[in-house]
Amino acid sequence: MTVSDRMEWQNGMKDGIPIGLGYFAVAFSLGIAARNAGMTPMQGFLASLSTNASAGEYAVFTLIGQNAPYLECAVMTLIANARYLLMSASLSQKLHPSVPSWKRMIIGFDVTDELFGIGIARKGWLNPAYYYGAMLVSIPGWAFGTLLGVIMGNLLPARIVSALSVALYGMFLAIVIPPSRENKIIGALVLISFLLSWLSSVLPAVSSLSSGTRTIILTVLISGTAALLFPHEESGDM
Amino acid sequence: MRNPYVYILIMAGVSFIIRVLPLTLIRKPITNRFLRSFLYYVPYVTLSVMTFPAIIHATGSVCSGAAALITGIILAWKNAGLLPVAAAACAVVLILEAFL
Repeated sequence: MTVSDRMEWQNGMKDGIPIGLGYFAVAFSLGIAARNAGMTPMQGFLASLSTNASAGEYAVFTLIGQNAPYLECAVMTLIANARYLLMSASLSQKLHPSVPSWKRMIIGFDVTDELFGIGIARKGWLNPAYYYGAMLVSIPGWAFGTLLGVIMGNLLPARIVSALSVALYGMFLAIVIPPSRENKIIGALVLISFLLSWLSSVLPAVSSLSSGTRTIILTVLISGTAALLFPHEESGDM
Repeated sequence: MRNPYVYILIMAGVSFIIRVLPLTLIRKPITNRFLRSFLYYVPYVTLSVMTFPAIIHATGSVCSGAAALITGIILAWKNAGLLPVAAAACAVVLILEAFL
């Protein structure tokens, strides 16, 4: 490991701390859902350790509670997590072509909204070491948050859970707002995304789709239109 | 009763495949201008779509959620960084909900 790799590990761990804390809070409420589905603390822990996906896990926990067919579980996971397919494709452009497959698989294991966000926010190529560092501090937050949620879900004051639940959205804002200052197109896209996302959550028919599905449709629609109208010209640095 | 561990295995397997395939299959920089632009815009759009209106429904009341949103935008605009923005959003909700 080179000196710069070690620095990147540390940078990743530093940026991973707020993510791990936010994860802990969200996973805690996820644990409550697991508990309601009749799952044991161990099952909740393993589910979160092996999957790292809030909406996907939540949906599957509900299915477990209903004793749904396994095929339904697979399809639900596919739909709830399909946006990661897009994120993974986007992230592939941040990795130097020389990054070997096994490193890509480790990164791929933990493509989440938040880690994707900070990974994409790096200048230039993404050093896998940075991503590993962030994974190292955020995965335990996610897994132990779920574990504790199952064990003592109803003990934490609702007020604390409520406050912690905005942590992740705060982070998203910290990722999308600063580039909006420098790039008017991105700024306009952020606004349009807010607006259409809100519209799709209240309009009849569209609002009955799951939020994961709506996210995919809107992402493809808005990014696609923007790419057609305003092709991005910079080379090398994404 | 079906086995919960089988569910967990299916969930983990499907999630892993979805996340790993594009990263391992797309090894080279994409040269197509449309695709490049599309993937460049995806993160900003997808994170924005997920943030709003979800943030105002995440808390006990729409007011505290909206306050968290506004606080987050202002601090992020000032380049406050991930942790301060996230922490401030939480703090605003905690304080407001103590009074509301």
